[in-house]
Amino acid sequence: MNAPDPAATTASPPHASFAARAHVALADDGLRRKFRRAMDGLMTKRAAQFADTEAWASLRARGAAIRRRALARLPELLEQLEANCRKNGITVHWAETSAEADGIIEGILTRHGVRTIIKGKSMVSEEIHLNHFLGEHGIGAIESDLGEFVIQLAKETPSHIIMPCIHKSKEDVASLFEAKIDGQPYTEDVDVLTATARRVLREQFAAADAGLSGVNFAVAETGTLCLVENEGNGRLSTTLPPLHVAVMGIEKVVEQLEDVPPLLSLLTRSATGQTITTYVNFISGPRKTDEQDGPREVHLVLLDNGRSRIHGDLQLRETLACIRCGACMNHCPVYTRVGGHAYDAVYPGPIGKILTPQIEGLGKAGDLAHASSLCGACGEVCPVAIPIPDLLVRLRREASHAIPSSSVMGAGAQHSAVEDWIWRGWRWMYATPLFYRLATRMLRLIGNRLPASLPMLRDWTRVRAKPQFAPRSLHDLARDRGYHDE
Amino acid sequence: MIAVPEKPKTVYFFGTCLIDLFYPSAGLAGMELLRREGLRVVFPPNQSCCGQPARNCGFREEARAVARRQIRSFPNPWPIVVPSGSCAGMMREHYAELFAGEPDADEAAAFSERVYELTWFLVHVCKVKLVDRGEPVTVTFHGSCHSQREMGVRDEPKALLRELDQVTFVDLQRPAECCGFGGTFSVRLPEISAAMVADKVADIETSGADEVVSGDCGCLMNIAGAMEKAGVSIRARHIAEFILERCHERA
Amino acid sequence: MNNARSAILARLRATPQGMLPALPEWRTDVPSAERLDRFCTLLEASHAEVVTSASQRWPALLAERLKARGNTGAIGPVLYAPGTAHGRQLAEAWADQPDFPLVAYDRPVEELKETLVHGVGAAVTGTMGGIAETGSLILWPTRDEPRLMSLLPPLHIALVDAGALYGTLTEAMIACDWAAGMPTNALLISGPSKTADIEQTLAYGVHGPKELMVIVLDP
Repeated sequence: MNAPDPAATTASPPHASFAARAHVALADDGLRRKFRRAMDGLMTKRAAQFADTEAWASLRARGAAIRRRALARLPELLEQLEANCRKNGITVHWAETSAEADGIIEGILTRHGVRTIIKGKSMVSEEIHLNHFLGEHGIGAIESDLGEFVIQLAKETPSHIIMPCIHKSKEDVASLFEAKIDGQPYTEDVDVLTATARRVLREQFAAADAGLSGVNFAVAETGTLCLVENEGNGRLSTTLPPLHVAVMGIEKVVEQLEDVPPLLSLLTRSATGQTITTYVNFISGPRKTDEQDGPREVHLVLLDNGRSRIHGDLQLRETLACIRCGACMNHCPVYTRVGGHAYDAVYPGPIGKILTPQIEGLGKAGDLAHASSLCGACGEVCPVAIPIPDLLVRLRREASHAIPSSSVMGAGAQHSAVEDWIWRGWRWMYATPLFYRLATRMLRLIGNRLPASLPMLRDWTRVRAKPQFAPRSLHDLARDRGYHDE
Repeated sequence: MIAVPEKPKTVYFFGTCLIDLFYPSAGLAGMELLRREGLRVVFPPNQSCCGQPARNCGFREEARAVARRQIRSFPNPWPIVVPSGSCAGMMREHYAELFAGEPDADEAAAFSERVYELTWFLVHVCKVKLVDRGEPVTVTFHGSCHSQREMGVRDEPKALLRELDQVTFVDLQRPAECCGFGGTFSVRLPEISAAMVADKVADIETSGADEVVSGDCGCLMNIAGAMEKAGVSIRARHIAEFILERCHERA
Repeated sequence: MNNARSAILARLRATPQGMLPALPEWRTDVPSAERLDRFCTLLEASHAEVVTSASQRWPALLAERLKARGNTGAIGPVLYAPGTAHGRQLAEAWADQPDFPLVAYDRPVEELKETLVHGVGAAVTGTMGGIAETGSLILWPTRDEPRLMSLLPPLHIALVDAGALYGTLTEAMIACDWAAGMPTNALLISGPSKTADIEQTLAYGVHGPKELMVIVLDP
């Protein structure tokens, strides 16, 4: 064959806990090396971009304020965006759920007799599992971003939101191309592999009846859809086919055109350490009657899928400020060790740990909120200052407490009476000086005799020596040396 | 940025629960260093834990009850010096959110403002001068995530080490990377934690250091435990102990 | 569909607006004297070839440059925009040179698709100017100079007026009052098409032009 199988699904691996999936990932030394190398490179490049800490702070403050303003004014901005898009000739659709968005897109394509669409990179299309849905309705969806093309050929899912095939080596890609693309000999030459993808996909672009893209920023003021990319496949998907469908989460809107430069600067520098990407598209409507190219119709699908619920909680709303740069995953020590697939989520890494449990519910994805040492690297590099560690703690609380007023889906799903009692006991011990003294004395007496096979100690001592309780506590020693005197 | 206060006559010392049980000598060393700077050091006997473990797991009420006990135990307006950036970060940065809407929110805020990390306090407030009396040694430093990101303590411990004539300080390749402790994280996801600490140990070994010091005993318990288990003979201890021994006890 | 719209908006409206922060001051600038240098340096760093030419001489210079690559036949026909001033200038200047046949993009893409996709080796377009801070070209494709010119051929040759260099994107937006009316497709180009998806190895020309030549017109 010459193209990816359009019906190839992006089905999830069988459900298991994050810990179980991480176990599998950790056993793969090659995977760890690939992620480590890639993340090291990305961190170095980003750091070089923001070496001037004052400039970083003021740009970040601006970006953070732009996103907070947009979220505060979200309903009116969406209406303004819709009105201005209409004025520009863009048809606007609203979808409450993934299924609705899929249905809307399938409807548009079917009305136009579309058999094949060519896609620019879109995480929202992954979120709604669009390729799978269209495949079931006899419409082929071809990924044209090189990384997405590779994983579509491999029938896998992205492992990073910016670099979807970061888990593949050039040897992997060489074997894949050899197996799946007619007349392609095995080669590890990246230039040749890239040229092959160009040749194969050029034909797909020329033949496609419609193109689909995501949206990086939608400007309410002018009804403009911004698309940020390096390859040109986004431009091709939105220019060559006669029909363009764009899909975006409702949170991607910004107030005005002048909001774009600072967000763009934060996005590209945080994501890949580039001053700017090769292409930045500002799409404001279909081909005008006197123009020679561009799609004849442009449709915009606004997807909610839980975002309006998240928006309702002022703390959790911060999640929606995200501009999808991926810097949080690039800097995450957990993501670096286990890779994107261990999250079994469209959005992996720190942003995924706060977004996925809110979209899919704490029952299904609540354990992701615990997949963090709360080291804070994600919050530190977030270009719009989302306090990711604090939101992780909030979601941990929501998962273990059935709070009646909670708006979080699946609140209390991981409630455990045993855990409640543990913390109640902990509180009793640490908030009552007398009990603290008694408990610590007892621990010092028996602690070192506890067998390493106890559940908590067993995991700890698998790779570490058992901690030794000191014969006398600091409390005792401080009293002896006169530090108690006020 | 934390404002540098005037050097006081008296400071409180918050020993942390981990030091109390496992590393009391690190706590004593911290108090001794402060005392040698001419300060009166007070260790309130009713202190226990900053509340971070419960807070990080989402058990706010329990964390708040324990935090409230600490606030009550440090009633005088003296600075509170903490030999742990992580506990200091909890008390300085998170009490406000923990006590939001509570009747004692103002009290909590006033408490938070008095919290300082030990090495930062020694450098900026005490303007400590160290005279090295130890043997030549090569040392590296592991800074905890919260000391760096919440308390802004990045250069201070290294500055102290560089002041020691006989100490060759070598930095880690990834000084800002988490060691994998993360409190309950190391128990909930032990395999990922193990992978992280293995990388940290490798970084320490590559540095060529004879000894690794840190300002946080949680990280030390993790790193030293992993080195011991792996048979890596690099000594690990709290920076306060290291400095005290070199500058004073060897005299 | 309308149900979804009203349900989403109703949910969003039912919640408190929350903090509406003022936009903090943020400015970047590249001083006029440094713009040209920065613009060229960044473009070159992004793998573009930058040449400077007097406004009247660029068609000749371009022909020389293309010939200097050797194997002139390999470049193939050059796409141009006959309705633009620079397109006419090129056609006139190149009227009697046989090496690079010109192809006019003067009809809808549907009638020219095969040629555009497979039959041209380069395209010459104008620009609305450049941005020094990021080394970017600003293109506002028009009826006379369609979008695909800067995208389909393997070599894109862009003309930029040295007098139309802006310090920043914000400055360009304000100076040209973008908000008053956006074209169908405004575009920033900051180098040839590229990817690093395979092992972070940079490769050029994955979808768009493999090469970008920028001719800075300095009268």
